[in-house]
Amino acid sequence: MRLLISAILVLLAAVGPWLPQWAMFIMTVALARGLVVLGLLLLLRAGLVSFGQALFYCIGAYSAGALGRFFGVSDIFIQMAAGAAMAALVAFVLGFLLARYRGIFFGLLSLALSMILYGLLVKTEALGSTDGFNILPSTLFGVRPAPEWVRYAVLVSAAAVAAVAALLVHRYLQTPLGRLAPAIKDNEIRVEYMGASARQAVHVKYVIAATLAGIGGALAATTVGHIDPEMAYWTTSGEFIFIAILAGTGNVLAPFAGALVYGVIHTMAYDLSPNTWQMSLGLSLLLLIVFLPEGLFSRRLKWR
Amino acid sequence: MKIVNVTHGSFYALGAYAAASLTAAYLARGYPPMLSYAVLVGAAILVATPFAVLIERGILRFLYVRDEVVILLVTYALFLILEDVVKLIWGVNPYYIAQPYALLGSLQIAGMAYPTYNLVLVGAAVFFGGGLAWLLHRTRAGKLLLAVIHDPEVSRAMGINVGRYYLATFVLGSLLAALAGAFVAPTVSVVPGLGVDVIVLSFAVVVIGGLGSLPGAALGAVIVGVVRSLSVHYLPQVELFVIYFVMAAVLALRPRGLFSLAEPRKI
Repeated sequence: MRLLISAILVLLAAVGPWLPQWAMFIMTVALARGLVVLGLLLLLRAGLVSFGQALFYCIGAYSAGALGRFFGVSDIFIQMAAGAAMAALVAFVLGFLLARYRGIFFGLLSLALSMILYGLLVKTEALGSTDGFNILPSTLFGVRPAPEWVRYAVLVSAAAVAAVAALLVHRYLQTPLGRLAPAIKDNEIRVEYMGASARQAVHVKYVIAATLAGIGGALAATTVGHIDPEMAYWTTSGEFIFIAILAGTGNVLAPFAGALVYGVIHTMAYDLSPNTWQMSLGLSLLLLIVFLPEGLFSRRLKWR
Repeated sequence: MKIVNVTHGSFYALGAYAAASLTAAYLARGYPPMLSYAVLVGAAILVATPFAVLIERGILRFLYVRDEVVILLVTYALFLILEDVVKLIWGVNPYYIAQPYALLGSLQIAGMAYPTYNLVLVGAAVFFGGGLAWLLHRTRAGKLLLAVIHDPEVSRAMGINVGRYYLATFVLGSLLAALAGAFVAPTVSVVPGLGVDVIVLSFAVVVIGGLGSLPGAALGAVIVGVVRSLSVHYLPQVELFVIYFVMAAVLALRPRGLFSLAEPRKI
Protein backbone atom coordinates (compact mmCIF):
# COMPACT_ATOMS: atom_id res chain seq x y z
CA MET A 1 0.00 0.00 0.00
CA ARG A 2 2.81 2.39 0.91
CA LEU A 3 4.54 1.78 -2.42
CA LEU A 4 1.35 2.25 -4.38
CA ILE A 5 0.51 5.51 -2.67
CA SER A 6 4.02 6.92 -3.12
CA ALA A 7 3.96 5.93 -6.77
CA ILE A 8 0.66 7.75 -7.32
CA LEU A 9 2.00 10.80 -5.49
CA VAL A 10 5.21 10.96 -7.56
CA LEU A 11 3.25 10.44 -10.77
CA LEU A 12 0.87 13.25 -9.86
CA ALA A 13 3.71 15.64 -9.02
CA ALA A 14 5.47 14.80 -12.28
CA VAL A 15 2.44 15.03 -14.56
CA GLY A 16 0.92 17.99 -12.70
CA PRO A 17 2.59 20.88 -14.55
CA TRP A 18 1.14 19.65 -17.85
CA LEU A 19 -2.41 19.32 -16.63
CA PRO A 20 -4.92 22.01 -17.58
CA GLN A 21 -6.10 24.26 -14.74
CA TRP A 22 -9.62 22.82 -14.67
CA ALA A 23 -8.32 19.27 -14.31
CA MET A 24 -6.16 20.34 -11.38
CA PHE A 25 -9.17 22.01 -9.82
CA ILE A 26 -11.32 18.90 -10.15
CA MET A 27 -8.54 16.73 -8.75
CA THR A 28 -7.91 18.97 -5.75
CA VAL A 29 -11.60 19.14 -4.91
CA ALA A 30 -11.73 15.36 -5.32
CA LEU A 31 -8.86 15.03 -2.84
CA ALA A 32 -10.70 17.26 -0.38
CA ARG A 33 -13.87 15.23 -0.72
CA GLY A 34 -11.87 12.02 -0.62
CA LEU A 35 -10.48 12.98 2.78
CA VAL A 36 -13.99 13.45 4.13
CA VAL A 37 -15.11 10.14 2.64
CA LEU A 38 -12.04 8.42 4.10
CA GLY A 39 -13.45 9.35 7.48
CA LEU A 40 -16.89 8.08 6.45
CA LEU A 41 -15.26 4.81 5.45
CA LEU A 42 -14.09 4.33 9.02
CA LEU A 43 -17.61 4.90 10.33
CA LEU A 44 -19.27 2.85 7.60
CA ARG A 45 -17.08 -0.12 8.45
CA ALA A 46 -18.57 0.03 11.91
CA GLY A 47 -22.03 0.13 10.35
CA LEU A 48 -22.57 3.81 11.10
CA VAL A 49 -23.85 6.15 8.41
CA SER A 50 -23.21 9.75 9.35
CA PHE A 51 -25.62 12.05 7.55
CA GLY A 52 -23.82 14.99 9.11
CA GLN A 53 -20.22 14.79 8.01
CA ALA A 54 -20.79 18.18 6.41
CA LEU A 55 -20.64 19.57 9.95
CA PHE A 56 -16.91 18.95 10.16
CA TYR A 57 -16.32 19.75 6.52
CA CYS A 58 -17.89 23.14 7.17
CA ILE A 59 -16.06 23.64 10.46
CA GLY A 60 -12.78 22.95 8.67
CA ALA A 61 -13.64 25.38 5.89
CA TYR A 62 -14.74 28.13 8.24
CA SER A 63 -11.72 27.69 10.53
CA ALA A 64 -9.49 28.09 7.51
CA GLY A 65 -11.53 31.03 6.28
CA ALA A 66 -11.62 32.74 9.68
CA LEU A 67 -7.83 32.46 9.96
CA GLY A 68 -7.49 34.34 6.69
CA ARG A 69 -10.27 36.84 7.40
CA PHE A 70 -9.30 37.83 10.93
CA PHE A 71 -5.58 37.08 11.13
CA GLY A 72 -4.47 37.27 7.52
CA VAL A 73 -3.11 33.73 7.53
CA SER A 74 -3.20 32.14 4.10
CA ASP A 75 -0.73 29.28 4.47
CA ILE A 76 -2.62 26.15 3.44
CA PHE A 77 -0.81 23.89 5.90
CA ILE A 78 -1.70 26.13 8.84
CA GLN A 79 -5.25 26.32 7.52
CA MET A 80 -5.53 22.55 7.23
CA ALA A 81 -4.07 22.10 10.71
CA ALA A 82 -6.55 24.61 12.11
CA GLY A 83 -9.45 22.92 10.34
CA ALA A 84 -8.38 19.53 11.63
CA ALA A 85 -7.90 20.80 15.19
CA MET A 86 -11.25 22.57 15.36
CA ALA A 87 -13.12 19.62 13.87
CA ALA A 88 -11.40 17.18 16.21
CA LEU A 89 -12.23 19.31 19.23
CA VAL A 90 -15.90 19.61 18.32
CA ALA A 91 -16.10 15.90 17.49
CA PHE A 92 -14.49 14.99 20.79
CA VAL A 93 -17.17 16.87 22.69
CA LEU A 94 -20.09 15.71 20.50
CA GLY A 95 -18.72 12.18 20.54
CA PHE A 96 -19.81 11.71 24.15
CA LEU A 97 -23.39 12.16 22.94
CA LEU A 98 -23.20 10.48 19.54
CA ALA A 99 -21.23 7.38 20.46
CA ARG A 100 -24.33 6.07 22.24
CA TYR A 101 -26.38 5.88 19.06
CA ARG A 102 -26.47 3.37 16.22
CA GLY A 103 -28.24 2.94 12.93
CA ILE A 104 -30.83 5.46 11.88
CA PHE A 105 -30.55 7.44 15.11
CA PHE A 106 -26.84 8.03 14.65
CA GLY A 107 -27.50 9.27 11.13
CA LEU A 108 -30.36 11.57 12.03
CA LEU A 109 -28.67 13.00 15.11
CA SER A 110 -25.52 13.82 13.19
CA LEU A 111 -27.74 15.39 10.54
CA ALA A 112 -29.43 17.51 13.19
CA LEU A 113 -26.07 18.68 14.51
CA SER A 114 -24.89 19.77 11.09
CA MET A 115 -28.17 21.60 10.51
CA ILE A 116 -27.66 23.45 13.79
CA LEU A 117 -24.34 24.72 12.48
CA TYR A 118 -26.03 25.67 9.20
CA GLY A 119 -28.66 27.65 11.08
CA LEU A 120 -26.01 29.38 13.19
CA LEU A 121 -23.91 30.34 10.19
CA VAL A 122 -26.86 31.68 8.22
CA LYS A 123 -27.61 34.03 11.08
CA THR A 124 -24.02 35.12 11.77
CA GLU A 125 -23.33 38.44 10.08
CA ALA A 126 -19.65 38.46 11.05
CA LEU A 127 -19.10 35.37 8.94
CA GLY A 128 -21.00 36.62 5.93
CA SER A 129 -24.41 35.05 6.69
CA THR A 130 -25.84 33.17 3.67
CA ASP A 131 -23.31 34.68 1.27
CA GLY A 132 -20.27 33.34 3.09
CA PHE A 133 -17.00 35.04 2.25
CA ASN A 134 -13.96 34.74 0.04
CA ILE A 135 -10.70 33.09 1.01
CA LEU A 136 -7.27 34.64 0.48
CA PRO A 137 -5.16 33.09 -2.29
CA SER A 138 -3.12 30.23 -0.88
CA THR A 139 0.50 30.47 0.15
CA LEU A 140 2.88 27.67 1.16
CA PHE A 141 5.29 28.11 4.06
CA GLY A 142 5.12 31.87 3.60
CA VAL A 143 5.94 31.67 -0.12
CA ARG A 144 3.38 33.01 -2.55
CA PRO A 145 3.53 30.97 -5.76
CA ALA A 146 3.10 32.71 -9.11
CA PRO A 147 -0.63 32.83 -10.05
CA GLU A 148 -0.36 30.14 -12.71
CA TRP A 149 1.38 27.82 -10.24
CA VAL A 150 -1.04 28.20 -7.32
CA ARG A 151 -3.29 25.36 -8.47
CA TYR A 152 -0.36 23.01 -8.94
CA ALA A 153 1.14 23.89 -5.56
CA VAL A 154 -2.18 23.33 -3.81
CA LEU A 155 -2.76 20.09 -5.69
CA VAL A 156 0.60 18.62 -4.73
CA SER A 157 0.31 19.67 -1.09
CA ALA A 158 -3.20 18.28 -0.98
CA ALA A 159 -2.03 15.02 -2.51
CA ALA A 160 0.80 14.78 0.02
CA VAL A 161 -1.55 15.36 2.96
CA ALA A 162 -4.09 12.92 1.53
CA ALA A 163 -1.38 10.30 1.03
CA VAL A 164 -0.24 10.59 4.64
CA ALA A 165 -3.84 10.45 5.84
CA ALA A 166 -4.59 7.39 3.70
CA LEU A 167 -1.49 5.60 5.00
CA LEU A 168 -2.33 6.39 8.61
CA VAL A 169 -5.89 5.19 8.20
CA HIS A 170 -4.61 2.05 6.48
CA ARG A 171 -2.35 1.45 9.48
CA TYR A 172 -5.18 2.19 11.88
CA LEU A 173 -7.44 -0.36 10.21
CA GLN A 174 -4.89 -3.05 11.05
CA THR A 175 -4.66 -2.16 14.74
CA PRO A 176 -6.91 -4.04 17.19
CA LEU A 177 -9.10 -0.94 17.59
CA GLY A 178 -9.42 -0.63 13.82
CA ARG A 179 -10.30 -4.30 13.40
CA LEU A 180 -13.07 -3.86 15.91
CA ALA A 181 -15.14 -1.94 13.33
CA PRO A 182 -16.72 -4.88 11.46
CA ALA A 183 -17.31 -6.57 14.81
CA ILE A 184 -19.30 -3.57 16.02
CA LYS A 185 -21.28 -3.69 12.81
CA ASP A 186 -22.03 -7.40 13.16
CA ASN A 187 -22.83 -7.66 16.82
CA GLU A 188 -22.07 -5.10 19.40
CA ILE A 189 -22.98 -7.16 22.43
CA ARG A 190 -20.38 -9.76 21.53
CA VAL A 191 -17.83 -6.97 21.28
CA GLU A 192 -18.65 -6.02 24.84
CA TYR A 193 -18.34 -9.64 25.96
CA MET A 194 -14.85 -9.74 24.54
CA GLY A 195 -13.93 -6.93 26.88
CA ALA A 196 -13.76 -4.13 24.33
CA SER A 197 -15.78 -0.95 24.63
CA ALA A 198 -17.85 -0.39 21.51
CA ARG A 199 -18.74 3.10 22.62
CA GLN A 200 -15.13 4.10 23.04
CA ALA A 201 -14.19 2.60 19.68
CA VAL A 202 -17.00 4.52 17.99
CA HIS A 203 -15.94 7.71 19.74
CA VAL A 204 -12.37 7.35 18.48
CA LYS A 205 -13.56 6.63 14.95
CA TYR A 206 -15.87 9.61 15.08
CA VAL A 207 -13.05 11.94 16.09
CA ILE A 208 -10.73 10.57 13.40
CA ALA A 209 -13.45 10.93 10.77
CA ALA A 210 -14.13 14.49 11.90
CA THR A 211 -10.44 15.40 11.76
CA LEU A 212 -10.21 14.12 8.20
CA ALA A 213 -13.37 16.02 7.26
CA GLY A 214 -11.89 19.17 8.84
CA ILE A 215 -8.77 18.87 6.70
CA GLY A 216 -10.94 18.24 3.65
CA GLY A 217 -13.04 21.28 4.40
CA ALA A 218 -10.02 23.57 4.81
CA LEU A 219 -8.62 22.22 1.57
CA ALA A 220 -11.89 22.73 -0.30
CA ALA A 221 -12.11 26.27 1.08
CA THR A 222 -8.69 27.31 -0.16
CA THR A 223 -9.20 25.55 -3.52
CA VAL A 224 -12.59 26.99 -4.31
CA GLY A 225 -11.72 30.36 -2.80
CA HIS A 226 -15.17 30.87 -1.33
CA ILE A 227 -17.15 29.37 1.54
CA ASP A 228 -20.81 29.60 2.50
CA PRO A 229 -23.20 27.89 4.93
CA GLU A 230 -24.33 25.47 2.19
CA MET A 231 -21.26 23.45 3.16
CA ALA A 232 -23.05 22.41 6.36
CA TYR A 233 -26.40 21.68 4.67
CA TRP A 234 -27.53 18.09 4.75
CA THR A 235 -27.35 17.70 0.98
CA THR A 236 -23.58 18.17 1.26
CA SER A 237 -23.48 15.24 3.66
CA GLY A 238 -25.58 13.35 1.15
CA GLU A 239 -22.89 13.94 -1.45
CA PHE A 240 -20.27 12.41 0.81
CA ILE A 241 -22.42 9.38 1.47
CA PHE A 242 -22.96 9.08 -2.27
CA ILE A 243 -19.20 9.03 -2.87
CA ALA A 244 -18.68 6.50 -0.10
CA ILE A 245 -21.28 4.18 -1.63
CA LEU A 246 -19.85 4.77 -5.10
CA ALA A 247 -16.35 3.92 -3.95
CA GLY A 248 -17.05 1.16 -1.46
CA THR A 249 -15.27 0.67 1.82
CA GLY A 250 -12.79 -1.99 0.77
CA ASN A 251 -9.58 0.02 0.96
CA VAL A 252 -8.26 3.48 1.73
CA LEU A 253 -7.68 4.48 -1.89
CA ALA A 254 -11.30 3.90 -2.88
CA PRO A 255 -12.60 7.17 -1.37
CA PHE A 256 -10.21 9.23 -3.49
CA ALA A 257 -10.96 7.32 -6.67
CA GLY A 258 -14.66 7.58 -5.87
CA ALA A 259 -14.42 11.32 -5.26
CA LEU A 260 -12.66 11.78 -8.58
CA VAL A 261 -15.30 9.78 -10.45
CA TYR A 262 -18.00 11.72 -8.63
CA GLY A 263 -16.36 15.01 -9.58
CA VAL A 264 -16.25 13.97 -13.22
CA ILE A 265 -19.85 12.67 -13.23
CA HIS A 266 -21.01 15.80 -11.48
CA THR A 267 -19.19 18.14 -13.84
CA MET A 268 -20.32 16.26 -16.93
CA ALA A 269 -23.92 15.97 -15.76
CA TYR A 270 -23.93 19.67 -15.03
CA ASP A 271 -22.45 20.41 -18.41
CA LEU A 272 -24.69 18.12 -20.47
CA SER A 273 -28.00 18.72 -18.73
CA PRO A 274 -27.90 21.56 -16.24
CA ASN A 275 -31.50 20.99 -15.24
CA THR A 276 -31.39 17.30 -14.56
CA TRP A 277 -28.01 16.69 -12.97
CA GLN A 278 -29.68 15.67 -9.72
CA MET A 279 -31.61 13.07 -11.63
CA SER A 280 -28.44 11.64 -13.18
CA LEU A 281 -26.85 11.50 -9.73
CA GLY A 282 -29.90 9.87 -8.21
CA LEU A 283 -30.11 7.31 -11.00
CA SER A 284 -26.46 6.35 -10.73
CA LEU A 285 -26.74 6.06 -6.94
CA LEU A 286 -29.77 3.82 -7.31
CA LEU A 287 -28.09 1.59 -9.90
CA LEU A 288 -24.96 1.34 -7.75
CA ILE A 289 -26.86 0.28 -4.65
CA VAL A 290 -28.86 -2.32 -6.54
CA PHE A 291 -26.18 -3.80 -8.76
CA LEU A 292 -22.84 -2.98 -7.13
CA PRO A 293 -23.43 -2.97 -3.39
CA GLU A 294 -19.72 -3.11 -2.66
CA GLY A 295 -18.85 -0.07 -4.72
CA LEU A 296 -16.74 0.53 -7.80
CA PHE A 297 -13.30 0.25 -6.38
CA SER A 298 -13.56 -2.29 -3.67
CA ARG A 299 -14.23 -5.36 -5.75
CA ARG A 300 -11.34 -5.09 -8.10
CA LEU A 301 -8.79 -4.20 -5.45
CA LYS A 302 -9.85 -6.92 -3.08
CA TRP A 303 -6.66 -8.96 -3.42
CA ARG A 304 -4.90 -6.27 -1.52
CA MET B 1 -42.34 -0.54 8.29
CA LYS B 2 -38.86 0.30 9.46
CA ILE B 3 -38.35 2.38 6.35
CA VAL B 4 -36.91 5.83 6.70
CA ASN B 5 -38.31 7.36 3.58
CA VAL B 6 -36.61 10.46 2.21
CA THR B 7 -38.86 10.27 -0.85
CA HIS B 8 -41.64 11.49 1.41
CA GLY B 9 -40.48 15.06 0.84
CA SER B 10 -40.87 14.56 -2.90
CA PHE B 11 -44.43 13.37 -2.46
CA TYR B 12 -45.15 16.45 -0.42
CA ALA B 13 -43.79 18.58 -3.25
CA LEU B 14 -45.61 16.50 -5.87
CA GLY B 15 -48.89 16.97 -4.04
CA ALA B 16 -48.35 20.68 -3.67
CA TYR B 17 -47.47 21.13 -7.35
CA ALA B 18 -50.29 18.97 -8.62
CA ALA B 19 -52.82 20.73 -6.42
CA ALA B 20 -51.55 24.20 -7.24
CA SER B 21 -51.42 23.75 -11.00
CA LEU B 22 -54.69 21.82 -11.41
CA THR B 23 -56.63 24.06 -9.05
CA ALA B 24 -55.30 27.13 -10.82
CA ALA B 25 -56.42 25.67 -14.15
CA TYR B 26 -59.79 24.78 -12.67
CA LEU B 27 -60.39 28.24 -11.28
CA ALA B 28 -59.22 29.89 -14.49
CA ARG B 29 -62.09 28.17 -16.33
CA GLY B 30 -64.52 29.91 -13.99
CA TYR B 31 -66.04 26.84 -12.30
CA PRO B 32 -67.57 27.29 -8.83
CA PRO B 33 -64.72 28.13 -6.47
CA MET B 34 -66.21 26.20 -3.55
CA LEU B 35 -65.47 22.94 -5.34
CA SER B 36 -61.82 23.86 -5.68
CA TYR B 37 -61.15 22.01 -2.42
CA ALA B 38 -62.23 18.78 -4.02
CA VAL B 39 -59.91 19.50 -6.94
CA LEU B 40 -57.11 20.19 -4.47
CA VAL B 41 -57.49 16.78 -2.85
CA GLY B 42 -58.25 14.95 -6.07
CA ALA B 43 -55.20 16.34 -7.83
CA ALA B 44 -52.86 15.21 -5.07
CA ILE B 45 -54.30 11.69 -5.03
CA LEU B 46 -54.32 11.42 -8.80
CA VAL B 47 -50.70 12.40 -9.21
CA ALA B 48 -49.15 10.76 -6.19
CA THR B 49 -50.69 7.28 -6.53
CA PRO B 50 -48.97 6.20 -9.77
CA PHE B 51 -45.60 7.42 -8.51
CA ALA B 52 -46.02 5.62 -5.20
CA VAL B 53 -47.08 2.35 -6.82
CA LEU B 54 -44.25 2.54 -9.32
CA ILE B 55 -41.61 3.17 -6.67
CA GLU B 56 -42.82 0.45 -4.33
CA ARG B 57 -43.41 -2.25 -6.94
CA GLY B 58 -40.55 -1.29 -9.19
CA ILE B 59 -37.75 -0.67 -6.71
CA LEU B 60 -38.35 -0.82 -2.99
CA ARG B 61 -39.88 -4.28 -2.79
CA PHE B 62 -36.63 -5.85 -3.95
CA LEU B 63 -34.69 -4.10 -1.22
CA TYR B 64 -36.62 -4.78 1.98
CA VAL B 65 -34.19 -7.53 2.87
CA ARG B 66 -31.31 -5.08 2.91
CA ASP B 67 -30.21 -2.89 5.79
CA GLU B 68 -32.40 0.00 7.01
CA VAL B 69 -29.62 2.38 6.08
CA VAL B 70 -29.48 1.04 2.52
CA ILE B 71 -33.20 1.75 2.11
CA LEU B 72 -32.57 5.24 3.44
CA LEU B 73 -29.97 5.72 0.71
CA VAL B 74 -32.26 4.29 -1.98
CA THR B 75 -35.03 6.67 -1.04
CA TYR B 76 -32.48 9.48 -1.01
CA ALA B 77 -31.57 8.56 -4.59
CA LEU B 78 -35.25 8.48 -5.54
CA PHE B 79 -35.68 11.83 -3.86
CA LEU B 80 -32.94 13.34 -6.05
CA ILE B 81 -34.61 11.89 -9.14
CA LEU B 82 -38.11 13.05 -8.25
CA GLU B 83 -36.83 16.51 -7.41
CA ASP B 84 -35.80 16.91 -11.04
CA VAL B 85 -38.93 15.20 -12.35
CA VAL B 86 -40.95 17.86 -10.57
CA LYS B 87 -38.80 20.55 -12.15
CA LEU B 88 -39.20 18.96 -15.59
CA ILE B 89 -42.97 18.80 -15.33
CA TRP B 90 -43.73 22.12 -13.67
CA GLY B 91 -40.67 24.24 -14.41
CA VAL B 92 -38.92 26.38 -11.84
CA ASN B 93 -41.39 29.26 -11.65
CA PRO B 94 -43.43 29.59 -8.47
CA TYR B 95 -47.14 28.76 -8.44
CA TYR B 96 -49.67 30.68 -6.38
CA ILE B 97 -53.26 29.74 -5.71
CA ALA B 98 -54.60 31.98 -3.01
CA GLN B 99 -58.32 31.57 -3.75
CA PRO B 100 -59.05 28.55 -1.54
CA TYR B 101 -57.19 30.32 1.23
CA ALA B 102 -58.94 33.67 0.86
CA LEU B 103 -62.36 32.18 0.18
CA LEU B 104 -63.05 31.11 3.73
CA GLY B 105 -62.29 34.53 5.19
CA SER B 106 -61.18 34.76 8.77
CA LEU B 107 -62.63 34.28 12.22
CA GLN B 108 -62.30 36.47 15.27
CA ILE B 109 -60.90 34.37 18.08
CA ALA B 110 -60.15 36.11 21.37
CA GLY B 111 -59.88 39.40 19.54
CA MET B 112 -57.44 38.16 16.89
CA ALA B 113 -58.26 37.65 13.26
CA TYR B 114 -57.45 34.10 12.35
CA PRO B 115 -57.72 32.67 8.80
CA THR B 116 -60.44 30.03 8.73
CA TYR B 117 -58.41 27.98 6.27
CA ASN B 118 -55.78 27.37 8.93
CA LEU B 119 -58.44 26.16 11.33
CA VAL B 120 -59.74 23.82 8.66
CA LEU B 121 -56.17 22.53 8.27
CA VAL B 122 -55.97 21.79 11.98
CA GLY B 123 -59.29 19.96 11.69
CA ALA B 124 -58.04 17.99 8.69
CA ALA B 125 -54.86 17.03 10.55
CA VAL B 126 -56.84 15.76 13.54
CA PHE B 127 -59.19 13.91 11.19
CA PHE B 128 -56.41 12.17 9.29
CA GLY B 129 -54.42 11.41 12.43
CA GLY B 130 -57.47 9.96 14.15
CA GLY B 131 -58.47 8.10 11.02
CA LEU B 132 -55.05 6.52 10.74
CA ALA B 133 -55.06 5.48 14.38
CA TRP B 134 -58.52 3.95 13.94
CA LEU B 135 -57.40 2.17 10.78
CA LEU B 136 -54.35 0.71 12.48
CA HIS B 137 -55.84 -0.36 15.79
CA ARG B 138 -59.51 -0.98 15.15
CA THR B 139 -59.75 -2.64 11.75
CA ARG B 140 -58.72 -6.08 10.60
CA ALA B 141 -56.46 -4.69 7.91
CA GLY B 142 -54.72 -2.39 10.35
CA LYS B 143 -54.07 -5.15 12.85
CA LEU B 144 -52.73 -7.39 10.12
CA LEU B 145 -50.46 -4.55 9.05
CA LEU B 146 -49.08 -4.22 12.57
CA ALA B 147 -48.36 -7.94 12.51
CA VAL B 148 -46.56 -7.61 9.18
CA ILE B 149 -44.42 -4.78 10.53
CA HIS B 150 -43.58 -6.78 13.62
CA ASP B 151 -42.48 -9.88 11.79
CA PRO B 152 -42.93 -10.23 8.02
CA GLU B 153 -41.78 -13.84 7.90
CA VAL B 154 -44.16 -15.19 10.50
CA SER B 155 -46.95 -13.11 8.96
CA ARG B 156 -46.28 -14.70 5.62
CA ALA B 157 -46.35 -18.13 7.23
CA MET B 158 -49.74 -17.26 8.71
CA GLY B 159 -51.08 -16.66 5.24
CA ILE B 160 -50.97 -12.87 5.06
CA ASN B 161 -50.17 -11.40 1.68
CA VAL B 162 -47.18 -9.43 2.95
CA GLY B 163 -46.31 -7.83 -0.36
CA ARG B 164 -49.78 -6.35 -0.67
CA TYR B 165 -49.53 -4.81 2.79
CA TYR B 166 -46.19 -3.27 2.05
CA LEU B 167 -47.60 -1.76 -1.14
CA ALA B 168 -50.74 -0.48 0.58
CA THR B 169 -48.77 1.07 3.42
CA PHE B 170 -46.31 2.79 1.16
CA VAL B 171 -49.04 4.17 -1.09
CA LEU B 172 -51.10 5.30 1.88
CA GLY B 173 -48.11 7.01 3.48
CA SER B 174 -47.15 8.72 0.24
CA LEU B 175 -50.74 9.84 -0.29
CA LEU B 176 -50.80 11.44 3.13
CA ALA B 177 -47.62 13.31 2.27
CA ALA B 178 -49.11 14.45 -1.04
CA LEU B 179 -52.32 15.53 0.68
CA ALA B 180 -50.31 17.53 3.19
CA GLY B 181 -48.60 19.22 0.28
CA ALA B 182 -51.93 19.90 -1.40
CA PHE B 183 -53.41 21.43 1.74
CA VAL B 184 -50.39 23.63 2.29
CA ALA B 185 -50.16 24.74 -1.35
CA PRO B 186 -52.74 27.59 -1.06
CA THR B 187 -50.90 29.12 1.90
CA VAL B 188 -47.43 29.31 0.35
CA SER B 189 -45.87 29.89 -3.02
CA VAL B 190 -45.05 26.52 -4.52
CA VAL B 191 -41.39 26.62 -5.53
CA PRO B 192 -38.65 24.02 -6.17
CA GLY B 193 -36.98 22.91 -2.96
CA LEU B 194 -40.28 22.58 -1.13
CA GLY B 195 -39.58 18.93 -0.43
CA VAL B 196 -36.08 19.44 0.95
CA ASP B 197 -37.18 21.64 3.79
CA VAL B 198 -40.14 19.57 4.80
CA ILE B 199 -38.38 16.24 4.86
CA VAL B 200 -35.70 17.20 7.35
CA LEU B 201 -38.32 18.87 9.48
CA SER B 202 -40.54 15.79 9.48
CA PHE B 203 -37.59 13.61 10.42
CA ALA B 204 -37.11 15.86 13.41
CA VAL B 205 -40.79 15.39 14.25
CA VAL B 206 -40.77 11.60 14.09
CA VAL B 207 -37.44 11.28 15.86
CA ILE B 208 -38.65 13.48 18.71
CA GLY B 209 -41.82 11.40 18.93
CA GLY B 210 -40.18 8.04 18.50
CA LEU B 211 -39.96 6.24 15.15
CA GLY B 212 -43.07 4.35 14.19
CA SER B 213 -45.33 5.78 16.87
CA LEU B 214 -48.50 7.65 15.88
CA PRO B 215 -49.08 9.56 19.15
CA GLY B 216 -45.36 10.28 19.17
CA ALA B 217 -45.55 11.82 15.70
CA ALA B 218 -48.54 13.95 16.72
CA LEU B 219 -46.84 15.14 19.89
CA GLY B 220 -43.58 15.71 18.02
CA ALA B 221 -45.39 17.82 15.42
CA VAL B 222 -47.00 19.94 18.12
CA ILE B 223 -43.68 20.38 19.93
CA VAL B 224 -41.92 21.35 16.73
CA GLY B 225 -44.68 23.75 15.72
CA VAL B 226 -44.92 25.46 19.09
CA VAL B 227 -41.17 25.72 19.59
CA ARG B 228 -40.77 27.15 16.13
CA SER B 229 -43.50 29.76 16.57
CA LEU B 230 -42.17 30.73 19.97
CA SER B 231 -38.69 31.20 18.62
CA VAL B 232 -39.96 33.22 15.66
CA HIS B 233 -41.78 35.42 18.11
CA TYR B 234 -39.15 35.88 20.80
CA LEU B 235 -35.80 34.97 19.32
CA PRO B 236 -35.93 35.05 15.50
CA GLN B 237 -32.17 34.53 15.17
CA VAL B 238 -32.41 30.94 16.35
CA GLU B 239 -35.49 29.95 14.33
CA LEU B 240 -33.55 27.87 11.81
CA PHE B 241 -31.87 25.51 14.20
CA VAL B 242 -34.00 25.52 17.31
CA ILE B 243 -35.82 22.43 16.03
CA TYR B 244 -32.68 20.45 15.58
CA PHE B 245 -31.62 21.65 18.98
CA VAL B 246 -34.83 20.27 20.48
CA MET B 247 -34.33 17.04 18.59
CA ALA B 248 -30.78 16.66 19.87
CA ALA B 249 -31.93 17.43 23.41
CA VAL B 250 -34.76 14.88 23.26
CA LEU B 251 -32.45 12.22 21.88
CA ALA B 252 -29.88 12.96 24.55
CA LEU B 253 -32.46 12.30 27.27
CA ARG B 254 -34.52 9.57 25.59
CA PRO B 255 -32.26 7.91 23.04
CA ARG B 256 -35.09 6.49 20.95
CA GLY B 257 -37.58 9.35 21.11
CA LEU B 258 -40.43 10.16 23.48
CA PHE B 259 -42.87 7.36 22.63
CA SER B 260 -40.39 4.68 21.71
CA LEU B 261 -41.08 1.04 22.38
CA ALA B 262 -38.64 -1.24 24.12
CA GLU B 263 -36.41 -3.11 21.69
CA PRO B 264 -35.18 -6.63 22.30
CA ARG B 265 -31.43 -7.04 22.33
CA LYS B 266 -30.01 -9.39 19.74
CA ILE B 267 -27.17 -11.53 20.94
